[in-house]
Amino acid sequence: MTPYLQVDHASVEFRTPRGLFRALDNVNFKVSEGEFVSLIGHSGCGKSTVLNLIAGLVEPTAGGVVLNGREVAGPGPERAVVFQNHSLLPWLTAYGNIHLAVEKVFGAQETAAQLKARTEAALELVGLAKARDKRPHELSGGMKQRVGIARALAMEPKVLLMDEPFGALDALTRANLQDSLMEIQAKLKCTVVMVTHDVDEAVLLSDRVVMMTNGPAATIGEILDVKLPRPRQRLKLAEDGEYHRACAAILRFLHQGGAERGHAGAALALAVG
Amino acid sequence: MSAVIRLQAVEPDTVTTAPAAANTPPPPESGPSRASRIAGGLAAAGKAVLPPIMGLAVLVGVWALVSTFSDYLPGPRATFLAAVELFSDPFYVAGPNDMGIGWNVLKSLGRVALGFGLAALVGIPLGFLLGRFSLLSKAFNPVISLLRPVSPLAWLPIGLAVFKAADPAAIFVIFICSIWPMILNTAMGVAALPQDYMNVARVLQLSEWKIFTKILLPATVPYVLTGAKLALGIAWLVIVASEMLTGGVGIGFWVWDEWNNLNMSHIIVAIVVIGSVGLALEAGMAKLAQRFDYRHQ
Ligand SMILES: Nc1ncnc2c1ncn2[C@@H]1O[C@H](COP(=O)(O)OP(=O)(O)OP(=O)(O)O)[C@@H](O)[C@H]1O
Ligand SMILES: [Mg+2]
Repeated sequence: MTPYLQVDHASVEFRTPRGLFRALDNVNFKVSEGEFVSLIGHSGCGKSTVLNLIAGLVEPTAGGVVLNGREVAGPGPERAVVFQNHSLLPWLTAYGNIHLAVEKVFGAQETAAQLKARTEAALELVGLAKARDKRPHELSGGMKQRVGIARALAMEPKVLLMDEPFGALDALTRANLQDSLMEIQAKLKCTVVMVTHDVDEAVLLSDRVVMMTNGPAATIGEILDVKLPRPRQRLKLAEDGEYHRACAAILRFLHQGGAERGHAGAALALAVG
Repeated sequence: MSAVIRLQAVEPDTVTTAPAAANTPPPPESGPSRASRIAGGLAAAGKAVLPPIMGLAVLVGVWALVSTFSDYLPGPRATFLAAVELFSDPFYVAGPNDMGIGWNVLKSLGRVALGFGLAALVGIPLGFLLGRFSLLSKAFNPVISLLRPVSPLAWLPIGLAVFKAADPAAIFVIFICSIWPMILNTAMGVAALPQDYMNVARVLQLSEWKIFTKILLPATVPYVLTGAKLALGIAWLVIVASEMLTGGVGIGFWVWDEWNNLNMSHIIVAIVVIGSVGLALEAGMAKLAQRFDYRHQ
């Protein structure tokens, strides 16, 4: 079976004042259609760069990204991005920001009323119906992030790329949104690649967790299959042995494997598998 | 002027405290506290109003002093009387070159408006292009850097040679001096656009037109208006000088004419008028900038 999405031996170098900086080295992983994959790794290792690579916002210096049999040549709305810094346009309201995306994706085939309904449904989904007419500077960090999530979800993308989407949220909102995300993904069957720092979140949401080694020249250290049945319920998982094994494996990688550039990772994978 | 406005602004405070105290039976300590509040308000008003009045008084004092030593410089009193006479009929027309001070100011403002408007029409789109396309900015930045430091008046002969008339030449000079800040500030605004916003545009694959209306324009408006404000300030500086050279009706030539008549009190009145108009232009632009800046809405 050919994979739906493949990051194919991709390297990324940035031009800096001090010469070329190799952020990613030979990053290689596959994602099946409808799969939920998390990218986890230490701060600055290159998680956002991998996501931007799939989004088409960053060009690989070697290798490439293949989506559905076609080389990714640039960004496009079928790969929606929830940016790490939310990237809302400050002169548009929450509604305006989402509507801009909705209009672009569905404007050609739907009426204005339908577009409005979609935009409002997206706001409702992230619990921001009341903040409809607020501009980003009037929203809290978590609210801004939720608008960013709503904007991406409203586009009904084939691939949803999320860069620490729940980073700035309080525990309760975070849990609620994680649950809605699982529901939405089960419904839309979209493929998700999510960057996170949070081990529990990675295990709760993912089918597989891709662990990255520390940069510079970061690469994939290890990939963990999360063999937990869906739908998942966070309270039941607390008593699940597999859940704890998965969390422990990731924690171990982050504490040792990442620093050793993945050599220990192979052994760990055997131990866990 | 500003002293009067500030005093009025304080008034509502003292007015509202009075009925409030009258409606409710005053608690024992409210009497002194109310008095002290009014006193505090007056003190605050004094603090706001006194320094500018003091500054003005020093200026007028020095002026009065200097004028007693000079045969030609009229004192504040003589100037005030001249001003009263001038403003009693600011819009008289006694001939093509003899009009009231009001007409002269309006004529100058008209030239500034035309030159400034044309500069905006050319400069702002040019700034957008230079900011958006690095090839263009590489091509034109050296030219701009070379021409920008040139005194606008150096362009007057070129204007006169090309248009063969004084009026368009003066407008041309205004155009030239206004266009640089507009181009440079607009281009700076476009270049300062955060990459994040462009990433949103790229993911959404917005058309160049949508990028312009939804992202580039709103992000750049504050910069454009800063450029326009600078340009308008410069234009008002330059119009006086260029009218001195070209003649006709206009506040600059009026000053020159009065100098030829050795009518110094009129020149001082003109200086105050030019300053006030410049201040009003700047305040208007600042208001406009605030109106269109997404950060203040
Ligand atoms: N445009 C760029 N130019 C130069 N270097 C860059 C650029 N973008 C990222 N880098 C570098 O690449 C490395 C990876 O950055 P990246 O943002 O992908 O990390 P990250 O894993 O997302 O970090 P965090 O968890 O803190 O968000 C960092 O060392 C960063 O300094
Ligand atoms: Mg990141």
